[in-house]
Parts: sequence; C-alpha cells; structure tokens
Amino acid sequence: MDILSIIFIIAGLFFMIVAAIGVIRLPDVYSRSHAVSLTDSLGAFLMLVGIALHDGLGKNMLKILMVLALLYLLNPVIAHATIRAALRSGLKPWQKESS
Amino acid sequence: MKTFLFCVLVVLVILIGVYLYRVLQGPTIFDRLLGHNGISTKAIILLIVIGVYFERVDMFIDISIGYALLNLVGALAVAKYLEQKGHP
Repeated sequence: MDILSIIFIIAGLFFMIVAAIGVIRLPDVYSRSHAVSLTDSLGAFLMLVGIALHDGLGKNMLKILMVLALLYLLNPVIAHATIRAALRSGLKPWQKESS
Repeated sequence: MKTFLFCVLVVLVILIGVYLYRVLQGPTIFDRLLGHNGISTKAIILLIVIGVYFERVDMFIDISIGYALLNLVGALAVAKYLEQKGHP
C-alpha cells in the first residue's frame, strides 16, 4: 500500500510542477488560467488520493475525500469568476505580434 | 516514509515560491488573483501533508477545510468587485 501511495503522490507533484512552469512561461492571463486550473485540479486529486491510501480506511480517509470534493467544487468557480471579471473589464487576449 | 513526506513538503514550498513570483510581478491585477488562488490550493495540500508528517491528521484536516472556505469567499469578493469597477 505504501508503494501505491508514493506513486500517486509523485504523479501529483509532477502535474503541479507542470502548472508552475505554465504560470511562469505563458504570456497572458487567459492562457495562464488555462494552465493553472486544469493541471492544479488533477495534481490535487492525485496527491489527496495518495495521502488517503496511506492513511488507511477510517474516519480520516472520509475527511480527506471530503476536502477533495470541496476543492473540485470551489476551484472551477474561482477560475471562472476571475476570468469573467478580466473579460468584462475589457482586457484583450494576447495575440502574436508579427505573423 | 517520513523522509519522502519531508521531500514532498520542500517541493510544495518551492512551488509556493514560484506562484509568489507571479503575484509580485504580474502585469495586471487578475494575474495576482490567479496566483493567490494557486497559492491557496497549495496551502491546503501542504496542511494535510504536515498533518500526515506529524501523525495528527484529524486536527489538521479541519484547519484545511476552513482555509478552503475562506479562500472561496475572498477570491469571489475580489473578482466581483473588479468586475463591477470595469477598469483594465
């Protein structure tokens, strides 16, 4: 069971590192949001499932899965609200200068 | 297992530093809001990993649930305020 949880946690860390590279490298707030909100949710899912497997069956496992459900409810709502505010306040999407 | 969890904690703190660069540097205010959202997601996972590391998961999970709800309220309030104000 320990090996399985270590594999899950390392996969989650990989997706989170990909999200951080996207935040640093991409040129615009819309593309940055695309990088963060997808890979961050998948990384959180993998890491919390790994921790729940390590913790074993019981009350704590149920609570960790409840945190996971809460993250999956709240993360898209926040990303959607941020990007809708950016679009409605008139921020133009990034375009390539000289095609 | 404890050494592995400590390495996970160090990597998570480095990732929080990367997001903090975007919060301090970002050209528009929406970049800063996006970085804040990423930092708070990392902080929730960091709290749970700290709980597993010190073998007190039952106490730290409640703190992380409260942190997630506070993050939702703060980010939604700032986003709605900027949408009403209407400046780039």
